[in-house]
Amino acid sequence: MQLSTFNSNLMKIIRITAVIILILSSCGGGQSSIDRIKEQTMSKPSDPYANWESNQGIGPIQAFTLPQDIDQALVGKGKEVYESKCTACHKIDKKFIGPSPAGILTRRTPAWIMNMILNPDGMVQEDPMAKQLLMDFNGSPMANQNLTEDDARAVLEYFRTL
Amino acid sequence: MQIRNQIICCICAVTMLFIVGSCSQQGQTGALNSSLADRSYVAPGEHDEFYAFISGGYSGQLSIYGLPSGRLFRVVPVFSVDAEKGYGFNEETKPLLNTSFGSIPWDDSHHPDLSQTNGKVDGRWCFINGNNTPRIARISLSSFETEEIIEIPNSAGNHSSAFVTENTEYVVAGTRFAVPVPQRDMPIEEYKGNFKGALSFIKVDQETGRMNLEFQVMMPGFNFDLAHPGRKKSHGWMFFSTYNTEEASTLLEVNASQNDKDFIAAINWKKAEELIANGQFETIKTEYAHNVYEESTHMATSTMKKEVKVLDPAKYPGLVYFLPTPKSPHGCDVDPSGEYIIGSGKLAASMTAHSFTKMLDAIENKKFDGDAYGIPVINYEDVVSGVVQQAGLGPLHTEFDNDGNAYTTFFISSEVVKWKVGTWEVLDRAPTYYSVGHLMIPGGNSQEPFGKYLVAMNKITKDRYLPTGPELAHSAQLYDISGDKMELILDFPTIGEPHYAAGCPADLIKPNQTKIYELEKNNHPYAAKSDKEARIERNGNEVHVYMTMIRSHFTPDNLEGIKVGDKVYFHVTNLEQDYDVPHGISIIGANTSELLIMPGQTETFIWEPKKEGVWPFYCTDFCSALHQEMQGYIRVSGRNSNTPLKWSLDGD
Repeated sequence: MQLSTFNSNLMKIIRITAVIILILSSCGGGQSSIDRIKEQTMSKPSDPYANWESNQGIGPIQAFTLPQDIDQALVGKGKEVYESKCTACHKIDKKFIGPSPAGILTRRTPAWIMNMILNPDGMVQEDPMAKQLLMDFNGSPMANQNLTEDDARAVLEYFRTL
Repeated sequence: MQIRNQIICCICAVTMLFIVGSCSQQGQTGALNSSLADRSYVAPGEHDEFYAFISGGYSGQLSIYGLPSGRLFRVVPVFSVDAEKGYGFNEETKPLLNTSFGSIPWDDSHHPDLSQTNGKVDGRWCFINGNNTPRIARISLSSFETEEIIEIPNSAGNHSSAFVTENTEYVVAGTRFAVPVPQRDMPIEEYKGNFKGALSFIKVDQETGRMNLEFQVMMPGFNFDLAHPGRKKSHGWMFFSTYNTEEASTLLEVNASQNDKDFIAAINWKKAEELIANGQFETIKTEYAHNVYEESTHMATSTMKKEVKVLDPAKYPGLVYFLPTPKSPHGCDVDPSGEYIIGSGKLAASMTAHSFTKMLDAIENKKFDGDAYGIPVINYEDVVSGVVQQAGLGPLHTEFDNDGNAYTTFFISSEVVKWKVGTWEVLDRAPTYYSVGHLMIPGGNSQEPFGKYLVAMNKITKDRYLPTGPELAHSAQLYDISGDKMELILDFPTIGEPHYAAGCPADLIKPNQTKIYELEKNNHPYAAKSDKEARIERNGNEVHVYMTMIRSHFTPDNLEGIKVGDKVYFHVTNLEQDYDVPHGISIIGANTSELLIMPGQTETFIWEPKKEGVWPFYCTDFCSALHQEMQGYIRVSGRNSNTPLKWSLDGD
């Protein structure tokens, strides 16, 4: 008699525990964060710069093709913006706090360049090339100088002349 | 055995409840969220619902807290220097502390009040008074910086200040201590009838916030203690409480407590405006400083003003009336409808509610009980509307909620008492710890209080916190007033000694925040807006260094050609254009504070090198992973050396 009561109580405990587990799993849900981190670590390419031609970066700018001709008016504006907002860290004739922008279009896509200017915080967190650049330049972060998209486009045009 | 099984079952059930609870608690409120701790808990990363602007008392500053968490976000330096922020130490802010007595590094700040539009808090500016050397300051609620300080002449103990009218037409500043006007050498015992009490009306420009001392009503030599504006029907009037109508100059605690009643002074400022417009005023000579910080130049200037327009109330009938109010009234608070003016006789147990409607009727029908210095005194019976009887001991201040209730602090009996406006019945009382002074309900001094919380600011702390030697932080207490009963939900420490406070929903202020200063709009005459402009210029023994800073270096960072005996001005511009990236700078042996420079801003400090050598300077605000590397050197040569002026960064 006592034994059967015990058994029925045991069954109750098992049922309650099952409910708890169900609630717990519904609360957490899905893939564990450890798995996600592992996956990300595994999928990291060995040379982040290798795929530059298909990397548009992360930010407001989508892939686009530059027109054939250089817009000289835009170059003038870009030079002005570059000299007031960028030269504290970038010099044309040498590697400084950050890399020189000379010849950058042989290494980066136009959209990537603009996204790096407009969204440096997001880029160094998510973009493999930007992450590597942060390492290559002593952990010195690219400053967000709050350029407008038009300013960034003008700076890009100026870079085409370097 | 069965008992044990039941216990196991119980544990399981409780565990399950706990899990269900913790699972459903994400971002929700409800029955499970009703504990006192939950009501002041703001989860990590979440924002508070209200801003609270709490006066810093004898710190001279304004502190910014979040409610309901009681977290301190910022101390805005106003009347006292603040080495942490360079306030009063850098060349740009020094003029803000100028007065007709010269530069003063300290004051006692008492009563913050927020700007209003149509009787509602609008989130533009906060005004606060300096009590000791009379001044009113205006703080921008987009930059949280002091933008303007105006000195108040003919005034002393600037206490019934800084209260705004319904559309921020004026900020008022009333003198607590009567003084000779103009100031002169005379026997103190001749105070009575000779000293004056100036009530100042400072006009506020609605676009820029700029203040101008428009006129002073020159009252008899009483002590003007506190003030509040009329609203709705009583808009156009300002009410000031008085004590020491005895005009005693010594042992005031006895001699200023003789009269059974003192007055609340009702000032018709619309009438005053008419008089000024009609040229019916006197102009008297005086001297006061007007200091303005210009955001585009990042720099303050100080101008000395020489005269003020004055109105003598005895000469102009209809300008001022006295409302007899028992026992040295302290608080003088106007309910949201504008009908009732509550006088809290600090030596009484009851509060007096005057009726604005009755006041107008008494004026129209000349129901006067004589006059005081030519100012009509209205019959007490013909203006009083109700009395909150025996509510507690030592009533001080009253604020209002959005449901027709009033809340009064009682200093002597250490409590807040809730009562009904109109019926004057006491509804609830809650103890405070200890000896409460002011209280604040967000929007509680406006047509539309936001209610929900009440902050009581106490004068005595004793055992409320871990002891810290003889000096203790003053304690503020937060009550939830959303229900019928007030509930104490949080204690939090404050800076200095808080007097009044003001509060409003965060949404009124959050969207208007200044995040950076745009370099294009930086008109500081000594700004270097790019590295190309970085340089050193010598003019005799005065040397100007135009320096820039960005993560994580200075340009230039190697300077030579400075000599012992030079006066070196470091004009430093932060070239960052990103939110929350300030840089700091100081140099060994500087006889001043650091500079703490916001993105796009220029600030200046002076360094007078006394010894030859090579002296380092560095960034004082951790700015990036390479912050430790943000440093430079200055070579200081002998007084008569000919080391050429030279500057560089990385050899360029």
